[in-house]
Amino acid sequence: MGSNMAENHPVGFQWVMEARERGAEVIHIDPRFTRTSAMATKWVGIRAGSDIAFLGGIVNYILQNDLWFEEYVRHYTNAPVIIEDTFADTEELDGLFSGWDPEECTYDTTTWKYEGMELHGAAGNREEGFGPTGHQAGHGGAGGGLRHGEPPSEDPELSHPRCVFQILKRHYQRYTPELVAETCGCSVDDFVFVCEALVRNSGRERTSAFCYAVGWTQHTVGVQYIRTAAIIQQLLGNIGRPGGGILALRGHASIQGSTDIPTLFDILPGYLSMPHTKTYGDFDRFMEANISPTGWWGHFKAYWVSLMKAYFGEHANEDNDWLFRTFPRIDDDNSTYWTLEQMLEGTVKGYIVAGENPAVGNANGKAHRLALAKLDWLVVRDLVEIETASFWYDSPEIESGELSTTSIPTEVFFLPAASHVEKDGSFTNTQRLLQWHWQAVEPREDCRSELWFYFHRGRRIKEKLAGSKDERDALIEALQWSYPTHSPIQEPDAEAVLAEINGSVLESGAFLSSYKELKDDGSTACGCWIYCGVYADGVNNAARKKPRWEQNATAPEWAWAWPANRRIIYNRASADPDGRPWSERKKYVWWNGRRWTGDDVPDFDETKAPDYVPRRGARAEEAIAGSHPFIMQPDGRAWLYVPQGLEDAPLPAHYEPHESPFDNILYAQRASPRRQRHAGAAWDPYNPVADEPGSDLYPHVLTTYRLTEHHTAGGMTRSVPYLNELQPELFCEVSPELAREARLEHGGWATIYTSRSAIEARVLVTRRVKPLVVGGRTTHQIGVPYHWGTRLLSTGDSANDLMHAALDPNVHIMETKAVTCGIRPGRRPQGKALVDFVAEIRDQAQSQQAQEPRTEPGEVRRT
Amino acid sequence: MTTYEQERVGFFTDTSVCIGCKACEVACKEWNLIPQDGTTWTGESYDNTSELNANTWRHVAFVEQERNGDGLRWLMESDVCKHCTHAACLDVCPTGALFRTEFGTVVVQQDICNGCGYCVPACPFGVLGKREEPKDGRVWKCTLCYDRLKGGHEPACAKACPTNSIQFGPLDELRVRADARLAKLERDGVEGARLYGRDPDDGVGGFGAFFLLLDEPEVYGLPPDPVVSTRHLPQMYRSLAAAAAGIVVGIAAAFVGGRS
Repeated sequence: MGSNMAENHPVGFQWVMEARERGAEVIHIDPRFTRTSAMATKWVGIRAGSDIAFLGGIVNYILQNDLWFEEYVRHYTNAPVIIEDTFADTEELDGLFSGWDPEECTYDTTTWKYEGMELHGAAGNREEGFGPTGHQAGHGGAGGGLRHGEPPSEDPELSHPRCVFQILKRHYQRYTPELVAETCGCSVDDFVFVCEALVRNSGRERTSAFCYAVGWTQHTVGVQYIRTAAIIQQLLGNIGRPGGGILALRGHASIQGSTDIPTLFDILPGYLSMPHTKTYGDFDRFMEANISPTGWWGHFKAYWVSLMKAYFGEHANEDNDWLFRTFPRIDDDNSTYWTLEQMLEGTVKGYIVAGENPAVGNANGKAHRLALAKLDWLVVRDLVEIETASFWYDSPEIESGELSTTSIPTEVFFLPAASHVEKDGSFTNTQRLLQWHWQAVEPREDCRSELWFYFHRGRRIKEKLAGSKDERDALIEALQWSYPTHSPIQEPDAEAVLAEINGSVLESGAFLSSYKELKDDGSTACGCWIYCGVYADGVNNAARKKPRWEQNATAPEWAWAWPANRRIIYNRASADPDGRPWSERKKYVWWNGRRWTGDDVPDFDETKAPDYVPRRGARAEEAIAGSHPFIMQPDGRAWLYVPQGLEDAPLPAHYEPHESPFDNILYAQRASPRRQRHAGAAWDPYNPVADEPGSDLYPHVLTTYRLTEHHTAGGMTRSVPYLNELQPELFCEVSPELAREARLEHGGWATIYTSRSAIEARVLVTRRVKPLVVGGRTTHQIGVPYHWGTRLLSTGDSANDLMHAALDPNVHIMETKAVTCGIRPGRRPQGKALVDFVAEIRDQAQSQQAQEPRTEPGEVRRT
Repeated sequence: MTTYEQERVGFFTDTSVCIGCKACEVACKEWNLIPQDGTTWTGESYDNTSELNANTWRHVAFVEQERNGDGLRWLMESDVCKHCTHAACLDVCPTGALFRTEFGTVVVQQDICNGCGYCVPACPFGVLGKREEPKDGRVWKCTLCYDRLKGGHEPACAKACPTNSIQFGPLDELRVRADARLAKLERDGVEGARLYGRDPDDGVGGFGAFFLLLDEPEVYGLPPDPVVSTRHLPQMYRSLAAAAAGIVVGIAAAFVGGRS
């Protein structure tokens, strides 16, 4: 669901095929019938943007029919925990939760807490309460804990009206099969089929897994999509067990790696939080906010100090707070679209783009191209000269006259990059496996690896600043920046970097073998605590390639998985509260009377008995009971209900996409009130929605996707002849019904338009796209791949030009999987006429909308 | 029965697990250095390759079906030269450029082919074609990666296939595996599954590269009952000889008659 795995992860999909051949049920739930649907044993077509309704319906089905895995839920989730009486649900407030601040358009999430307790989440925003711009939402995170080591107030009977289980039940009680069918446009039978299949394949003897990708994340409620799946998996006991889980299929090779050792603005390696200007002036306060008194994040300081020792060596010590005072800070959400806005406003003047093609790949491509034209300088590193590097002479805005080459001030540097076969390194995949690869050929001409670029850039900057008295340069001076190099181009040794990431004992130089060896006194250095052990004993464990038939089923000697070479995290949940396997068939990790053992590295203190009860005042993992597997959480349980850490909801509720032709069937509140939008910004105009006047100008649902034959924004594939002949041109997929209605001819051209722009695409009329009846109304969906741009071997309009930049508030991801649009037969106007065409429809829509605009919460906020 | 120096090898292409990724097409072109074959968007589902020819030796067909009561079905099949047991292309080649290798496969020797093109219409599957772009004029087709086989490697397409839809091996083994696979699908209630080209008694003596299909061969654009186009040649020659003899007799008779 939310994934087209066969097309976008064909190599990983071989295991799905193998499972299918062995009798596994493979269900694909997607707006389009794709190559994945073709391989599935069942396809259910739903409306793009309606997944929470579908998933919430499954939650309700499980609860109403008493199909939940009782022992798992009682012991391993926060179902029994009682919530503060300040909490009010969407059922009571018609689509809002308690704590809504209509001025700031944010939630006061203190109303969502466990009764009588403060605690911080293991993931998401763990520094809540710094105002709307001070948020550090995002991946992972430290912090949290049951403040005084006290257990929450609980009702083991799960009957207290304010316990999570009862709240959950009430929250989803109206998500009936009939309502799901009405909202999602599927049949009641298909929905019930999915529920029954999931339940049938869960429990002691069996497990089910969810696979998702950007079909779930690219929504204004993307995080909540995944949360809903997490609730289902908890209720069915499918986390921490073989064959279970929720698998995030990543968009590129090693995107998992680029969050572990992040390219993200708000975290440091190992999901340590990035300090913020507004909040933590001093080290002790920063530590206090991040060290969780209970749960594994109680070790935050050891990880932080070891990271600083890896960065700054002897320069970082206890007396100078490990250089905290001069350490860089973030001062806003500082994400991609925030940066875009700052570029447009002229406050961001320089931009380095590496391995990304925002002129094609980001929502509202036009805004990005206009923003690039406002920079002083731009550096693009890629395999070929992509649209982001060439915008100044061949973008659509040059053609339309909105930009002219001679008046763009931006100085553009294009630096050719080496591909993965031209360098050593590792990929970290969805399963957290680090897999090493070796250089096959030398890079050609000026092509250089990322490692080369950043190492030599850092080296030169350090040389330039050597001896500087300026305080702001002190940190760069302190930076440890010495790696052995080889080959005529002085390529840095990638293994030396891996060794630094692994970490060592400073005095002896011995490599660390586990994050449990990390110290908060400055005696150890480690570049990323979760990767500690990948280079234990000086051996590159990521390079292990022992075939599966020479080892056990978990294949522990194939590459290396973080953390600690553990293949399934939270695997203590694969045993019952007493430590016995739930069943012989699903036996994985168990208590043998003295220690935890099994087929995997146990994700638990190896000698902590199942009946262990924390003493009063116990800290970190010692405060987690022997029957609570979720050790990163301050209470050791999986969270059905999230009391802290998320911006938009403690429980997922169905909201319509920012742009949708429908009202919310469930609540008066149409879309997520907490979504980030740029209301009033000329660069990001929105279509009228639902029953607003003018919405009929954009009556259809549009979703974007990828094809097997191309990769994302095309930089890696539109330059390869063999791939371009396989998918040479942009097309749109429409149903025969829409084709008839809009007079579209198969093989002909169509113009698709939104308030942002219009594109032209060849028309592929196919039964694989079906009109859906939603709320009694027939709706058409249009699918468009987003691989094309103005350059390289095959060219075409960019689907992302149609998209708006309304975002998820937790992770700032844009909603490119469900917007509204209009469609007409024929090619689009060219040049300036295109701008006029888009503006004419938009003006008409906006003037109609102005007569009767929606004023619900969240519709008026700027960001 | 033909005998080979080595065990006869081939492909078993099991379309029931083909995910239509086209990795076979790309791997084939990469390994064999085949030129690009045009960038025309066809509108034929996701198939922009359309056919096998001199510049396309693997071709994935996409067939969209809507079946009553059973919903949508999207068939995908990676087509390839069949390496027929009785290969007409080989029979008609006047230069000996086409030959039967020690692996039992049918290969064009590019340094001998003179581009006469006799083999092109002889193939009952339309596999062969003359390479026009870039200018060449010779016939090119799947070699079952003759060079890789010589080196002890499986063909590039089979190597690249992520789901084992393309299986390479000794033909006898493949036939056993295919029979078992068909039996399983039949047990699972898959209707319409069949082996295509597995039977050594068919019109071309069985394929060296045969298929498991989920529908009639015609659905995939394959001939339902292919026959080696040279099968009737001996008979034709006999008829020709008889006719020639008849003419000779007639002429002789005329002369004889004239005298009488």
